[in-house]
Amino acid sequence: MSQNVAAIEVSSLKKVYGKGESAFIALQDISFAINRGESLAIMGKSGSGKSTLMHLLALLDSPTEGDIAIDGTKSASLTGKKRDQLRNTSFGFVFQQFFLNGNSSVLENVILPLKIAGIGSAERNRRGMEVLKAVELDDKATNKAVDLSGGQKQRVVIARALVNDPEIIFADEPTGNLDSTTGGKIEDLLFELNKKRGITLVIVTHDEDLAKRCSRVIEVKDGRIIKGA
Amino acid sequence: MSIIDILKTASGNLLQSKLRTFLTVIAVFIGAMTLTLTNGIGSGISSYIDSQVASVGAKDVLFITPKAPDAAAGVSSDAPKKYDPNQVTGTSAFSGRTESLLTDKDIAAIKAVKGIVSVDPMRTISASYVSGASADKYQITISQFVTGTILPMVAGTVVDNASSQPEIVLPYNYSAILGFSSDSDAVGKTVTLGVTSAAGSLSEITATVSGVEERTLVQGGASTINTKLFDAVYAVQSQGLPAAALNKYPTAIAHFDVSYTDAQITDLKATLADKGYTGATIADAIGIVKQIINGIVIVFDLFGIIALLAASFGVINTLLMAVQERTKEIGLMKAMGMSGSKIFLLFSSEAILLGFWGSFLGVLAAMGIGRIANNYASSHFLKDFQGLTLLTFPPQSIAIIMLLIMAIAFLAGTLPARRAAKLNPIDALRYE
Repeated sequence: MSQNVAAIEVSSLKKVYGKGESAFIALQDISFAINRGESLAIMGKSGSGKSTLMHLLALLDSPTEGDIAIDGTKSASLTGKKRDQLRNTSFGFVFQQFFLNGNSSVLENVILPLKIAGIGSAERNRRGMEVLKAVELDDKATNKAVDLSGGQKQRVVIARALVNDPEIIFADEPTGNLDSTTGGKIEDLLFELNKKRGITLVIVTHDEDLAKRCSRVIEVKDGRIIKGA
Repeated sequence: MSIIDILKTASGNLLQSKLRTFLTVIAVFIGAMTLTLTNGIGSGISSYIDSQVASVGAKDVLFITPKAPDAAAGVSSDAPKKYDPNQVTGTSAFSGRTESLLTDKDIAAIKAVKGIVSVDPMRTISASYVSGASADKYQITISQFVTGTILPMVAGTVVDNASSQPEIVLPYNYSAILGFSSDSDAVGKTVTLGVTSAAGSLSEITATVSGVEERTLVQGGASTINTKLFDAVYAVQSQGLPAAALNKYPTAIAHFDVSYTDAQITDLKATLADKGYTGATIADAIGIVKQIINGIVIVFDLFGIIALLAASFGVINTLLMAVQERTKEIGLMKAMGMSGSKIFLLFSSEAILLGFWGSFLGVLAAMGIGRIANNYASSHFLKDFQGLTLLTFPPQSIAIIMLLIMAIAFLAGTLPARRAAKLNPIDALRYE
C-alpha cells in the first residue's frame, strides 16, 4: 500500500433502487476520499442513505453510477472472487446487532473470517486468542456467545473484525444497542485500535458525541453529502 | 473455507437442530433399509440358485431335444399341430402331450456338429425299490450322473462314471431308514435295487454306496448312479420291449468344448436349431427362475425408491428451514468474503450428510434384521433348503445403495443450497 493513495476514493456515486416510475434515488453526487489512518464518521438520520453509502464503500453492494477505488484499484474492475477476497482480508465489520452465533463458543465466532480464508486450525486459534486478549475477553474464549453481556458481545464482534488484521474497520452503529457507559468503553476500544494500529475507521452513526470523537465527519441528508466532503 | 471445515460446520449445523435432523434421517433410514433388505433377498436367492445350478449339471452340458415342428425360430406355439407320420413320437411324462423323440440317427447327427465333444442319449430309468442293511424296502428315484456335475456331499464322494463297479449316491435321508448307523457308515456298503422289466418280472441289482448327498432344491431327493449301474438297470428294464420301442430318447446330453464363450454357445445352439434340435444349457433352464426373482426384487426396490422420494422432500424441507433460520449467518459469512459456491457447498454437504447417516444406519439395521431373519428362516420355514442364506449383503451393492441415497439427498439439497448461495449479504443481514 503506497502512502500517497487514499484508502478509499469515491467519485460521483449514485445508487438507485427500482426502475422507471418507482425508482428511488438513495444516493447521488457522492465524491470524497478516505485517507489511511483516518477515523471517519458518516452521520445522518435514518433513511438518509448513510447505511447504503457504507455498504457501497465496503463492497457489499455495487453503485448504479460512479466508481469506488480501494487503494487505487477501481472496484468495477474486480471480479466477484477478488471482492470476496478483499473483504475477507482487508475489511473488518462491526454491526449494531452483533450477528454472533449464540450456540458457538466465543473463540469459534472470532475465528470465522480466518476459517473462511482457509487458514489452518492451529494458526487461527492462536490468532483468535491473541485478539481476544486485546479486547480482554481471553478468559471467556470457551463460553457460548449467548451467555455474554451486550458490551462483551460487542467486544467479541470487534475481536472478530480484528482477527484478519484489517486495514479498514466498518462499524454500523457500534454503540446503538449499548448503554452509555458500555458504549463509551467500546468507543475507547475502537479509537485505540485506530491510533495504535493505524486501522482506518469508518463509523456510521446518528450519535453526535461519537461523531465528534472522529477526525472527520460527513453528514448525509436525502442521499447527498451536505457537510464534510 | 477448506472442505474439512465445510464438513465440520455442516455437521455442527445439523446437530444444532437435533430433533429436525433426527426426523429427516429417519425418513432416509426407512428408504435405505427397504432397499438394502430387498436387494439382500435378491442376491441371497440368486447366489443360492447359482450354487444349485452347479449341483444339477456341468457348465459344458447341453440338453438336446428335438425341435417341435411348429415352434419355428424358437417360439413355442399353442396352436394344434398337424400329424406327421414320419415323426417319431412318444408321450411326455410332464405334459401328456405327444412329443418328438430322438433316435440313434439323431444322436449321430448331433455328434457330427462342430463343437460337440460327446453326446449320450438320456434314457429314462426307474427302480421299484431300494433296500440296505435292514430288510425294509423303500421307493427311490434314480438318475444318471453327468460327469462334471458338482454334488454337495454329506459323506463320501460322488460316483465315478469310469468305474467298472456299479455305484450309487444316496439322498440325504436314506442312510438311516436303510439301516445304516450314520451317513458315513453307509459309504462303502452295498444296497440292492429292485428293477421291474417291461415284461413284468422283478430282478435285483446290488451297488456300492459311494457317498451321501446333501438335500438340494433342484435335485429333489433323487439318487445318482454311475454309468455301469445305469446300463445294468436299463438292460433289465428293457427286457421284453418290442424292437420298435427300443432306442428312442426324449433327450440327449451333449458335452461341448469347455472353452466356449457365451457367443460361441449361442452359435452352437443356432447350428443345432438349423438341424432341428433344441439345445438348452442349465443356465437357460434356471434363467427363467432368476428372471422371476429379479422381477419381484425390482418391484420391492420400487417401494424403497418411493420411500426415498418421500424422504428427499423431507431433506428439502429441513434445509429450506435451515436456510431461513440462518439467513443472517449466511449474510454475515458472505460479507466476510465467503463465496456463493462455498455457501452452496456448505448446504449441499448438510444434505449429503443427512443422506449418509440415514443410509448408513438403514444399511446397518437391514444387516441386523437380515442376520436375525437368516437364523430364523434356516431353523424354521426354510429348514428344507440346505445351503440357502435368505439375505446376503455383498459390499459392492451396499456401497452402491449408500452412494445412490447420498446422490438423491444431494439433488434434494440443491434447491435450498442454491437459495442460500444466491442470498444478497445486505438483504440477509437486514432480514428479520
